[in-house]
Amino acid sequence: MSNPLKTSLLTLDARTKKRNAAETRFRAYGIAAIGAGLAMLILLLVTIFGKGLGAFQQTFVTLNVPLLEEKLDKNGTRDLEKIKKVSTFGYAPLLKKAMEETLTEYGIETNLKSKKQAALLSKSAAAQLRNYVLANTDMIGETVEFTFLANARVDGYLKDRVTRESIANDKSINAAQLDMVDALLAAEVIEKRFNLSFITGADASDQRPEAAGMGVSMLGSFFMMLVVLALALPIGVAASIYLEEFAPKNWITDIIEVNISNLAAVPSIVFGILGLAVFINSVHLPQSAPLVGGLVLTLMTLPTIIISTRASLKSVPPSIRDAALGVGASKMQSVFHHVLPLAAPGIFTGTIIGLAQALGETAPLLLIGMIGFIASNAPDSVASGFLDPNSAMPAQIYEWAKRADPAFYERAWGGIIILLVFLITMNTIAVILRRRFERRW
Amino acid sequence: MSAFWLTLTVLVLSALGVVIGRARAVSVAGGDVRKLHSLPKYYGIFVGFTVLIPSLLLLILWLVTPPLEQVSTQPRMFVVLGIAVLLMVLSLIRITPDLRARNAVERVVLGLLITAASLAILTTIGIVLSMLFETRNFFGLHSWKDFFFGLKWAPNFRGDSELSILPLLWGTIYISLVALLVSVPIGLFAAIYLSEYAGPKTRGVSKPLLEILAGIPTIVYGLFALLTVGPLLLRTFGSGGLLGVDWMTGATAVLTAGLVMGIMLIPFVSSLSDDIINAVPQAMRDGSLGLGATKSETIRQVVIPAALPGIVGAILLAASRAIGETMIVVLGAGALAKFSLDPLEAMTTITTRIVSQLTGDGDFASPETLVAFALGLTLFVLTLGLNVIALYIVRTYREQYE
Repeated sequence: MSNPLKTSLLTLDARTKKRNAAETRFRAYGIAAIGAGLAMLILLLVTIFGKGLGAFQQTFVTLNVPLLEEKLDKNGTRDLEKIKKVSTFGYAPLLKKAMEETLTEYGIETNLKSKKQAALLSKSAAAQLRNYVLANTDMIGETVEFTFLANARVDGYLKDRVTRESIANDKSINAAQLDMVDALLAAEVIEKRFNLSFITGADASDQRPEAAGMGVSMLGSFFMMLVVLALALPIGVAASIYLEEFAPKNWITDIIEVNISNLAAVPSIVFGILGLAVFINSVHLPQSAPLVGGLVLTLMTLPTIIISTRASLKSVPPSIRDAALGVGASKMQSVFHHVLPLAAPGIFTGTIIGLAQALGETAPLLLIGMIGFIASNAPDSVASGFLDPNSAMPAQIYEWAKRADPAFYERAWGGIIILLVFLITMNTIAVILRRRFERRW
Repeated sequence: MSAFWLTLTVLVLSALGVVIGRARAVSVAGGDVRKLHSLPKYYGIFVGFTVLIPSLLLLILWLVTPPLEQVSTQPRMFVVLGIAVLLMVLSLIRITPDLRARNAVERVVLGLLITAASLAILTTIGIVLSMLFETRNFFGLHSWKDFFFGLKWAPNFRGDSELSILPLLWGTIYISLVALLVSVPIGLFAAIYLSEYAGPKTRGVSKPLLEILAGIPTIVYGLFALLTVGPLLLRTFGSGGLLGVDWMTGATAVLTAGLVMGIMLIPFVSSLSDDIINAVPQAMRDGSLGLGATKSETIRQVVIPAALPGIVGAILLAASRAIGETMIVVLGAGALAKFSLDPLEAMTTITTRIVSQLTGDGDFASPETLVAFALGLTLFVLTLGLNVIALYIVRTYREQYE
């Protein structure tokens, strides 16, 4: 810089180099930021699928169970009332015997007591057996092949969640039982395969993670979405039509507009408090019912739907309205016959996105009592679907995440996969709708 | 007859009204519909509305009025159905070719539209009133001085609890700060790159991908915090961890929740800032580039200062999101209410406490449960304030360049 004559245009001076370096650095920050964001997305998805796919597979044990007459029906009368008196505890000896016989059949030697042997089965096995016997009393005395769920620990062992090191302090399983599992695995008595009941089944108690499923909470979510769709779509569209097409410009409509944009940013948990105070404590609607959950989610989704509906109404050019008015339509007719149909694709896109948002919402549902463990009985009619206590998919996932047994974590991740499948489907439909039917004027 | 079946009957009656009304309009016109003021269907809808709306309003009034609730359902059925039939007959008599049925129907439709629009206001009023009412009950049982200025949060279901919002507020603010420290630099730089450097292809791919992060439900982030990020941090900072220090004792911590919340907010900050940076007039960039500034100098010294108010607004919106976020902190932040600067300690937030106070088995009239409404109201006021300020800033900023 001291002698400008000596610098050439081709050699950069120190200051230019510095500025160029700063330029490159700045650009690199931007790339790094996007890279970081995308890396998080990938990490999240890899975690979800890596940990959750296991939940769709379950370990099953196939046993030939002798339905001993002396245990189930001492008098041999086949009287259903008498057979019903045998509780699930009465079925435990059958399971023990079946397990013992299977071990002998395959020549597996173990010094475990028969109770410990049968502990490889899920705690739901006896109930499964009892249900079968009550439905088929004529099979008493025969030997029937059953496929039972294996205990969550055994399932974890097959999925590498439980290892010989990790069970050191575990009371529910020991190394000798794992040896037995290895032998049974070789004999193909125990096998891991696709588990449909994770998708269709009900939630199970703390003791039986292997039997827990998402099915009932999925129904809960479904009924809630019906309520949201039935209320939020018409109300949202009506409100948008008024604000966009009819409302005079005055302070009242100004307040409504500011109000809607602020409602969209109110934390979801506040809507939960509203639902608890108004719908449950004041109106006395049943607690934990999908109807109440749907009402709360409706209020939460309304602003989203109103905002997107107004945007699509606004995008319909005024010439359409003028043309309709010009041939003698009333204002109302021009809106309902011409503007609304043209805005419909945008409205549906917005509604689907709003519904997807509502489907993933958890916090307000916790406050109105739609917590997971309620989802153990499937609703038996449409009315009970709306009014009987149920859970919802995200609340069920939350419930599993809180339980102590790590076997539930796998199910929580699996539940997330199911939830994401729904969300991705809905969003894809929204994108397709927008691509196919959106008109540029 | 139960309310459900009564509603259904009224609906059927009014549907019947539509059909009869239409037929009657055609017949009074002697089959020549050109003599009618409106199209025949409007006469039908006119009758339908006249039957439906008063009867349904009456039914609703009957259901919510306490003294009438005690009356058996028999008289209710007769009164409601009687009025419905009476209205149908009256409105049918009114049908003449001169009746302005369309105007009447359109007035009713407009009324319905207005009702729908005011539902938004009603929701807000409902939120405020329901929380105000219970908060007043709470302050009747618990001193407001302790709530706002006390230093300790120690609910005790046998009574005599110390319920102060300050430790919770500190936890909320601290976690939100960590979240903003993560999301603002990443989101802002991503927005700058996307709007100033990236070609349409890069933009078309990375923008929607980043926005997927915003569409993922918060329960997923909560689980991610609890089961992935928390244990990862514990393995790094906990005893016997990678760094060989013993700074962290449990997986739930301020940093756990803050980091994950930061990830969630990245697309929020980036898409808002992206819009705002794009709104800066191209002439300003051209002027700066024309004077010989490099692209990054233009961005730093011209574009960002011009967009600054809008960006501040975006950050405030993100902050209000962070304060109101529930599932991530419920699962990732822990349950200890305390004042601490250590980001590796568990802390609790307003939203976490609302969930735990309202999902417990507590008596609904106890201060330990009612405090949740006071917390909720504070949260509502806090986020509303942030939003109003942010929206105001963003709006004035937009007007500046329009």
